[in-house]
Amino acid sequence: MPLLEYRKGGAPLLSAADSWIFVADDQPVPASGDVVVSLARLSDAALSGRSGKVGVRLESTDELDALIPQLAKVSLVAVNFPKFGDGRGYSKARLLRERHAFAGEIRAIGEVLSDQLFFMMRCGFDTFALLDGKDVQAALAAFKDFSVTYQAATDEARPLYRRVQR
Amino acid sequence: MYKYDEYDRKIVMERAEQFARQVERRVSGDITELQFKPLRLQNGLYMQLQAYMLRVAIPYGLLSSAQLRMLAHISRKYDKGYGHFTTRQNIQYNWPKLPEVPDLLRDLASVEMHAIQTSGNCIRNITSDQFAGIARDELEDPRPIAEIMRQWSTFHPEFAYLPRKFKIAITGTPDHDRAAVRVHDIGVRLVKNDKGVVGCQILVGGGLGRTPVIAKTIREWLPKEDLLSYLESILRVYNQYGDRKDKFKARIKILVNTLGVEEFTRRVEEEWAHIKDGAMKLTQAEIDRVSKFFEPPAYKALEASDNLLASYRMSKDRNFGRWVTHNVEQHKVPGYSAVTISLKVHPTPPGDCSDTQMDAIAQMSDDYSFGEVVVTHAQNLVLPHVETARLPELYERLAKLDLAAANIDLISDIISCPGLDYCDLANARSIPIALDLQERFESLDYQHDIGELNIKMSGCINACGHHHVGHIGLLGINKRGEEAYQVLLGGSPSDDASLGKIIGPAIAPEKVVDAVQRMVDKYLKIRTSEDERFLDCYRRVGVEPFKEAAYATA
Repeated sequence: MPLLEYRKGGAPLLSAADSWIFVADDQPVPASGDVVVSLARLSDAALSGRSGKVGVRLESTDELDALIPQLAKVSLVAVNFPKFGDGRGYSKARLLRERHAFAGEIRAIGEVLSDQLFFMMRCGFDTFALLDGKDVQAALAAFKDFSVTYQAATDEARPLYRRVQR
Repeated sequence: MYKYDEYDRKIVMERAEQFARQVERRVSGDITELQFKPLRLQNGLYMQLQAYMLRVAIPYGLLSSAQLRMLAHISRKYDKGYGHFTTRQNIQYNWPKLPEVPDLLRDLASVEMHAIQTSGNCIRNITSDQFAGIARDELEDPRPIAEIMRQWSTFHPEFAYLPRKFKIAITGTPDHDRAAVRVHDIGVRLVKNDKGVVGCQILVGGGLGRTPVIAKTIREWLPKEDLLSYLESILRVYNQYGDRKDKFKARIKILVNTLGVEEFTRRVEEEWAHIKDGAMKLTQAEIDRVSKFFEPPAYKALEASDNLLASYRMSKDRNFGRWVTHNVEQHKVPGYSAVTISLKVHPTPPGDCSDTQMDAIAQMSDDYSFGEVVVTHAQNLVLPHVETARLPELYERLAKLDLAAANIDLISDIISCPGLDYCDLANARSIPIALDLQERFESLDYQHDIGELNIKMSGCINACGHHHVGHIGLLGINKRGEEAYQVLLGGSPSDDASLGKIIGPAIAPEKVVDAVQRMVDKYLKIRTSEDERFLDCYRRVGVEPFKEAAYATA
C-alpha cells in the first residue's frame, strides 16, 4: 500500500521507505525494529527494553484519553479510518497535536482515499497509507485541492480573518 | 448582501475543479459508486429514482437578482425548465446529468454560488429568518453572524464526516422565531444579557426526522466573539461521541438525550475552556467587515404607510385586498413593505418555480426591491423592500404570471417534500395529496375564513416536509404495501414550539382530503371567535373532537 507523506515545510511525496511493522494482537512482538501495537497492548512488558521505536494503532472507537498518559513513549500514532465516512480520527489528530503537543508522526490508515487527504493534512496527519490500487499522482495532487482555507486548524493556527487583511 | 472577495471566490472555483476531477475518476472507474457517494453527497448530488438531483445552497435564503437569473438559466440549460425551492431555503434541480454537473457548478461559481455541503453528513446550509434585516420586531440582523458561520463551516477539515447531517439556524428576533431554531441541531438566538449587550443564546439537539425533539438551551448568553469556538466545541463532542452504528440514532439530539443535557453541556464547556481564548475568537474587525455587506439599501425618505396598507386591505378589488392582507408584511422602514410571492399555486407542486417565473421575479426585484429576493423555509419567495405605494402595480405584474396567490399561512400554503414521485426514500406520494388539498380549499373565501393553518406533509418518516411541526401534519407511510397517511395535530416550529401528535390509524390516500376538511369544518363550528386559530382551538379542546371528525364516515 503506497505511503504518502506531507510534512510541514516540505512537498507531498511518495515515501521511499517505511520502518514500521504493524503487529497484530495475536502475534509476538519482535525483539527489534519499530513496531506499532494496539492501545490495549501498549502497556505490555514485552515492549520495554527493546531497541526499536514504539507506535500505537488507535481505532476510531478508542478513547484518546486512554492514550494520553502513555503518549511520551510513543513515536507514531496510526489513526484507523475503518470507513471513509467515519470522521472521528480528524478530532483525534487535532487534539493530539494542538492539545497534547504530540510531535511524532500521525499516520492515517484504513480506508484512506485522495479525497480525505486535504482535510487530514489540515488536522495534523503527516503520513497517509493510501488504499492499494489508487492513483498515487492524483492523490499527491489532492493535497493542493484548495489554496485558501477559512478555519484555524493544526496546519494553520489562525483563521483567515486573523491571517489576512480582507 | 454579502459579496465574495478573492478568497471566497477562489474556494468555490477550486471546489468546482475538484468536483470535476472526482466525476472524472468516477466515470473512469478509479473510484466505486460507494466511494463516490460521500463525495457527490457533499456536493449536493443525490441519486434519485429517475436521475441525479442537485441541491444548490442559498445561504440564509438570500439571493441577488443576478443569482436568481442564473438559477433560471441553469434550469433551462441543465434541467427541464424549473427548480424546486426547499425547506432549507435552497433550490433543487431534479434532472441534471452527472457529466454536466461540473459545468453547472462553474456557472454557479460565476455568480458566487455553490452546492457545497448541501447534503452528506456535514454542516449544512445555515438558515435564518426570511425577514432578517427588515422585521419591525427584530433585535438585530442575524445575517452577518450567519455569513460568519457559513465561512467557518465551509470545508471545516475536522467536521466533514460527522455521524449524521448537521443543521444550524439563527434568528435575530427572539420574540418571533421565523427560523424554527428549536427544531435544529443547533439553534442560535440573538438575545440581550442583563447589561443590554446582544449575544448568542445556544440551543442544541432539536430536530424532526423519526425522533422529533425540541432543542434544549445549553447556554443562555454567549458573547458573539466566542460563538465559533463554542460551535466548534459542540461539534467536537458530537464528532467523537455521536452514535455511528445506527443512522437513526446518529443525530446530535440522540446524544444529548443519551448523555443527558447536563452531562452533554459539561463536556462542551470543558472542551470550550481549552479553546475559548484561542485564535478562533472573532475579531471586531471581522464582524464589522461582514456586517457592512448587510447595511440597509438606499431607501427613500417616505411617509409611514400603515394607513395606506390598511386601505389596500379594504380595497374594492377583493383579490388585491386579500393579497395585501396575507402576503404583505410591515417593514421597519417607513413607506416600505415586504411582499411574499406564493409558490403554492395549484396545480404546480409546492415550491416549484419555472425559469420564466424566476427571470420575471428577478426583474421585479430589480424594479421594486433593490435587486434582492429571499427564499423562505415555507418554500415561498420574498421581495423584501417594496415601496408600499407601488404594491398595486407589483400585484398586477405578479397576477399576470400566476404568482399572486393570496394564501400565505393559509391552508393551501402547504409545505411538502417531493415525495414518492421523485425521492428514493419516500414511502408515499406527497405532491398529489398537496394538490388535492389545494383544490378542495381553492375558494379564497373559505380559506380566508379558516385563517392561519399550516399543513405540512412528508412522504416518509425522515420528515423533510416537517410534518411534526404542522398545525396539521401528514406523514406518508407504507401500510402492508399500500400508501397511507398518518394525521398529526398540534405542531408548531415557532416560539410556542410543539410536536404534533398522531390522532389515530393511518388513512387511505383517497380519504385524506375529506378527513382534513371534516376537521377544518369542526374547527369552524367550535372556535370561540375568528381570532382563535386552528392550532389554539386544538390546544384548548384537545384531540377528541377532531379525531371524531377525521374518522367519521360521511
